[in-house]
Amino acid sequence: MDLFEYQGKQFFAQYGMPISAGEVVFSVDEALAAAERLGTPVMVKSQVLTGGRGKLGGIKFAPDMDAVREHATNILGLDIKGHIVERLWIEAASDIAEEYYMSFTLDRAAKKHLGMLSAEGGMDIEEVAASTPEKISKIWVDPVDGLTDEVAAQWVDGANLNPDAREGAIAIAKQLYASYTEGDADLVEINPLILTPEGKVHVLDSKVTLDVNAEFRHADYAQFDETQTRDEREEAAHAKGLQYVGLDGTVGVIANGAGLAMSTLDVINQVGGKPANFLDIGGGANADVMSSALQVINDDKNVKSIFINIFGGITRGEEVANGILEAMKRVKIDSPIVIRLDGTNADEGRAILAPELNDMLMMETTMLDAARKASELAAG
Amino acid sequence: MAIFVDENTKVIYQGLTGRQGSYYGGLNAEYGTQVVAGTHPKKAGTDVNGVPVYASVAEAVEATGATASCIFIPAPGVKDAVMEAAEGGIKFIVAITEGVPAHDEAWFFNKLKRDHPDVQLLGPNCPGIISPGKCNIGITAGHIAKPGGPVGIVSRSGTLTYQALYELQQKDIGVTTCVGIGGDPVPGTSFIDCLAAFEADPETKAIMMIGEIGGSAEEEAAEYIKNHVTKPVSSYVAGVTAPPGKKMGHAGAIVSGGKGTADAKMEALRDAGVKVGLNPTEAGELMAEIVAGL
Repeated sequence: MDLFEYQGKQFFAQYGMPISAGEVVFSVDEALAAAERLGTPVMVKSQVLTGGRGKLGGIKFAPDMDAVREHATNILGLDIKGHIVERLWIEAASDIAEEYYMSFTLDRAAKKHLGMLSAEGGMDIEEVAASTPEKISKIWVDPVDGLTDEVAAQWVDGANLNPDAREGAIAIAKQLYASYTEGDADLVEINPLILTPEGKVHVLDSKVTLDVNAEFRHADYAQFDETQTRDEREEAAHAKGLQYVGLDGTVGVIANGAGLAMSTLDVINQVGGKPANFLDIGGGANADVMSSALQVINDDKNVKSIFINIFGGITRGEEVANGILEAMKRVKIDSPIVIRLDGTNADEGRAILAPELNDMLMMETTMLDAARKASELAAG
Repeated sequence: MAIFVDENTKVIYQGLTGRQGSYYGGLNAEYGTQVVAGTHPKKAGTDVNGVPVYASVAEAVEATGATASCIFIPAPGVKDAVMEAAEGGIKFIVAITEGVPAHDEAWFFNKLKRDHPDVQLLGPNCPGIISPGKCNIGITAGHIAKPGGPVGIVSRSGTLTYQALYELQQKDIGVTTCVGIGGDPVPGTSFIDCLAAFEADPETKAIMMIGEIGGSAEEEAAEYIKNHVTKPVSSYVAGVTAPPGKKMGHAGAIVSGGKGTADAKMEALRDAGVKVGLNPTEAGELMAEIVAGL
């Protein structure tokens, strides 16, 4: 779960990291009122869950109230890589002497936490990593040991920051690591981390991704979940507890298991079709789950055909078949369905479906044939 | 021979008294797995369908001589359950539970490596392991696997693991062991662990590997195959057409910034001499060709 910049900063603040005073607003009037309280100059920053806001006009410096009005007016409603700006973060402006980069994430290959720190902050760190990797100081932290004072100091020294930033950077490194582990984040990133002319190290931006698997021990995750931007289809699926990702094709997909669902997308693409979604209904395929899934797919106006791809493991073919038929009684389906049912007791399941087949409910024995059929139907 | 588990493996079920644990523990026992005990701190002295329940793993190991355990504990308790198993003397831990926080996984992976280097953890978030005809630990439907050999299977995805077993069964090809390593960010057992075990197993003559987008496990496996595996390998990588930046169900299945794409993985595998299919059926057909030529 990705956080907005201001949420990330509030998350960081819980661990003692220095952030600027600011307010989140939804209108020009609110922006002006916030700037009045904070005192100009301020930064007017679009809050969207994508990178590269600055380059696309989503972050502006406002020296006075007229500039606040102008920038807030321009940025609200702005389209940043498909994200429409609905909220702004109005923040007290900072004087910047130097810009750094600091982050922690999991290195899956090393199976340790990877810390990256660079004196070359404020720009795309992947570019720094690609062109001048020596400018990134890296540490691999064993989760059992955690980040010790000694290692934090070595890490910071390895990045060749301005000596004035040393103490502040070490303190923030420890706080950032604490936020990452205790807060159950997949990623915590500060870019830029700044050194002010007064010699203070300060957090000027945030990028935080939280691990939703850890929600059970973080009551504050719920408030972040409320502001997640999902398209309408994803919102409906999320409410029904389905693993759904909206795509822009015409073949609706229902499969059991994430791997099989991904594989289904692959096969549809291979035969020239375009999947409308990824939808994993999990291990079982009972009537309740199937009804919810069919409802979500059917509400997608782009869908022209539906491919139900079920592999029965523990769940037997006849249970799957009965689940599909029961679901079809509950949900009125507008597009033809192609079913591929395989695995445990597939023959029994197919026998149950056989008498119900017509031009709105078809069956194929293999994944490839079913994908071809569904793609042809979607093409018209 | 099978890898990791066989007909002599005695298994404890942590969470046997729960709904999932009792259901799959029962199915595993029916399959012929030596399901010797369950654990529950407050239900010692009771039994589940005749399988005795002990208060702790240590007590269950003491009483039964079990060497493997299977965890059906809800996600918040998995970290403690894994450590309890290792400290109680278990050498092969299968954690089925999905939704375990990544920080817990990273922690107990490194803790086991340091304090219990002889313990092999499989999972979390995996279907388990089956040595067909001998031992089935986890949630795989036993009857979709043909016993014998010559193929060993290792897979990152649950349903595609079943698909792979089934494709081979349909072609009358037997399997020595099928290991579902799971799609989480820090899997206890890696592709490489399984490739090494299959390479060392005389009855396994060929290996089928099912990968998935995200991370770099397939690329690392390809490098390992190139240098250390002499047996033929067929493979399939799911998610060829998954759009970048979208999380597809598994914690592991996400593509970011062009890294971890299916294309890059397939290229690395082909470069290592692996026969790569574009869908699970094709990977099965490729394996059938390999087996026919053995």
